[in-house]
Parts: sequence; structure tokens; C-alpha cells
Amino acid sequence: MADKILKELTLKIWRQKDAKSQGGFKTYKVHNISTGTSFLEMLDILNEQLVEQNEEPVAFDHDCREGICGTCSLFVDGRAHGPDDDVTTCQLHMRRFEDGATITIEPWRCGAFPVIKDLIVDRKAYDKILQAGGYVSVNTGGVPDANAIPIANDKAEEAMDAAACIGCGACAATCKNSSAMLFVAAKVSQLALLPQGKIEAARRAKAMVAKMDELGFGNCTNTGACEMECPKSISISHIARLNREFLKAKLKD
Amino acid sequence: MSNFLTSSIGKKVIMSLSGLFLILFLCVHLSVNLLLLVSEEAFNAGCDFMALPFIKVIEPVLALGFIVHIIWASVLTIQNQKARPAKYAKRCQSQNCTWASRNMYILGALVLAFLALHIATVWYQFKFGEITSHYEFVSSFLKQPCFGVIYIIAAILLGLHITHGFWSAFQTIGFSNDIWRKRLECIAYFFAFVFAAGFSIIPLYFMIFGN
Repeated sequence: MADKILKELTLKIWRQKDAKSQGGFKTYKVHNISTGTSFLEMLDILNEQLVEQNEEPVAFDHDCREGICGTCSLFVDGRAHGPDDDVTTCQLHMRRFEDGATITIEPWRCGAFPVIKDLIVDRKAYDKILQAGGYVSVNTGGVPDANAIPIANDKAEEAMDAAACIGCGACAATCKNSSAMLFVAAKVSQLALLPQGKIEAARRAKAMVAKMDELGFGNCTNTGACEMECPKSISISHIARLNREFLKAKLKD
Repeated sequence: MSNFLTSSIGKKVIMSLSGLFLILFLCVHLSVNLLLLVSEEAFNAGCDFMALPFIKVIEPVLALGFIVHIIWASVLTIQNQKARPAKYAKRCQSQNCTWASRNMYILGALVLAFLALHIATVWYQFKFGEITSHYEFVSSFLKQPCFGVIYIIAAILLGLHITHGFWSAFQTIGFSNDIWRKRLECIAYFFAFVFAAGFSIIPLYFMIFGN
């Protein structure tokens, strides 16, 4: 069956020249968009149109376009990664929108993620949190045998669920407090569950939380919005684990 | 432990523990209040028991619990407001979290406004007034529709605050996982219902049967 065609869409897009400039919304129209088009392809079509009109194309982040790299962002119609659950913006398709609709497209709004240009934000804050402790210190040497360290299946599964985090920033972007707790929790939890990561669990929890606070993210109030908007459906139970790990570490001090 | 109290999780643990302490207080408060529905003697005896010295010593601790909960909530809320300098033009928060969870500070502030009224009227009279029968005083006070209705509204607001506050407190201290979260949310709704219904049934009773 052929895809339906959306005859006209109105796009209200945040335009901002650079980090220092004052931004504002600009309205554009796109025509004859197939419902099979992905949201980012629709923006590509708009950009081609803008180039033809000698206008500056809209800058937005994207890379793999298959929901695994965490590069795309966008706050579409009031929700991080758009109205669909469990998808990144690149996996959102135009079949989700009605013909004649007005779509509001904004960058992530979070003090720790400053806007660089148009819809692109600087998410280095997440890298800095990871650098603070989101790793396992490994001494170089031979690769250990895969089954040398036994790991219970439920632990491996849970660690894998946490490891699904792609660091897109939707959690902090959607949180009413701009809290990065789900991201930090996913990283702390993933490593704390596994024997290789457990050794540094205390130091990691303290260092990553301290860095998160330092970068100006807000305080989690457990609304659960992050979990709902997370394209990888990471559970806020990982936040409970982060809290446990942090308290355990602090009590030992 | 040096920077525990200044860390985001540390501040939330203080909110969590003070909140749970206040829930414990509400349990005691409601138990005594419900004696109003039993008999005049029962409630007066309950009030006399609450006036015993070993109960009285807890009063400053309770006051501290309230103060800490309010101050830390304000500090956290101000920080959270600052964490997003530029706001979204369009947001659909109702699709990803509950209204109560988003408005805990407003609900708390409204409960605090009620608390001020409650202290200025009932608590002050209990403490410093010349009251012969506590039951008589409460029944004639709650019989007035203006106070009765305020008390019922406050009970509902308190209930809403607890629907999120109760389970959130456990989540913050790390006592939660995918299974326990559902249980805790259930218990939170149970407590919220008990407090909202328990505290509003009393003014309702006096407004209907008081005359």
C-alpha cells in the first residue's frame, strides 16, 4: 500500500545563529511529505528547500539514523524525541502526524546543555560525567577467557538493560528539574552489577554524582518522566541503585 | 561524609527521611483524631495522653522535622528552577508523569498554609487556651462550614502530596526496584487515601451531625 501524503505541514523551529546569539522561533511550510518519511528526512527536505531559497539550512544533530548512536535529539511537540514512546527522533516517522498539523521543534532545554546552533546542543556535560568515573580501570594484559568470571544471568540482563543507554540526553531534557540522574544511574548501575565494575563502585558513584552536581544539573524528584521518554526505556529502578551505591560509599567514608 | 549534605542525593535523603518522619507523625495524629468519632471521653483521654511529658518532648523534634522538610524543599526547588534557564515553548508533561509528582512544592506550600491556620487556631487553643473539653472545642470549631471545608481541602491536598512523596522517599534512600516500586506506589496510594479520607471525614461528620 502506498504511503499517504501529508499535503502541508507547518513547522515552528527554533533558530539560533550561535551560542551567544538570542534565538527565536521561525515558521516554515513543507509540502507533499510521505507518511513513510522519517522525521529527520522531513527536515532534510525542508533544508533542501531552504538551500534553494538561499536561506541558511536548519542545523540539527544526527548520525546513525537507526536509533543506536544517541546523536539525534529534538524536543518535538512538547516531548523529547517526539510523541512516540521508546524511539529516538531518527526513528520517528511522519505517519505519526496529521495533514495540516503544526509541529513545534525545539532543542533540548537544559542549563548544562547549551545551544550551539539552531537545534544542536552541546552535550559534553555527559562526557565529563563519564570521564569522572564511568569506566573500569583495566591493566593491560591478555584477554581473559569469556567464562572465567561467572556472572548470574539476572545480573547480566539487568546490566545489559542499563548499558542500553545511548547518552542522548532525553532524560535531562525532559526532566522538569533538568536532572541527569537516569543517565548517571544507568552508567553506575551497569558497572556496579558486574564483578569487573564492582571493585570501583564506591569511587565511581561518588565521583559521577559530584561531577553531575558540579555541572549544574538539577535534583531528581522521582517523577519518572525520564523513564517514559528514554528511547531505551531505562528503568528508574537504576536510580534507586545509584542512590544505594552512593549512600553505601558515603557511609564507608 | 563531609560533602554528603551538600550533594544532590544527600539533600534528597534529608527530604526523604524528614518526610517519612512526618508521615509517622500523621499516623499518630490521625489515630487520635479518629477518637472524635468514637466518643467525647475517648477523644479527651487521647488529648490528655498526648499532653503527657514524654510525648511533649517530641514536639521540638517534630517542629524541626517540618522546618528541615520545608527549607530543604525550597533549596532543591530553587536549584531545580535554575537548572533550566530557558524554558520550552511547548511541553506535554501530563503524558510522562503524574500531576502530583510535578507539583510537590506547590502542594507542600498549600499544606503549609493550612498548617499555619491550624496552628493559629486549634493548636494554639489546645496549647495556651482555657479549654475544658477538647471534644467540645473541636466539634464547635469544625462545625463552622468555612473551617470544615478548608480542613477537607487540606486533607485532599495532603493526600495528593503523599501519593508521590511516600514512594519517592523510599526510592531516594535506595529502597526500591522494579518489583518494590509497584508495591510502594500501591502503599503510597493507600496512605494517601487513608489520610485524605481520615482527616476529611471528621469535619464532614461535625458539619452534618454537629448541629
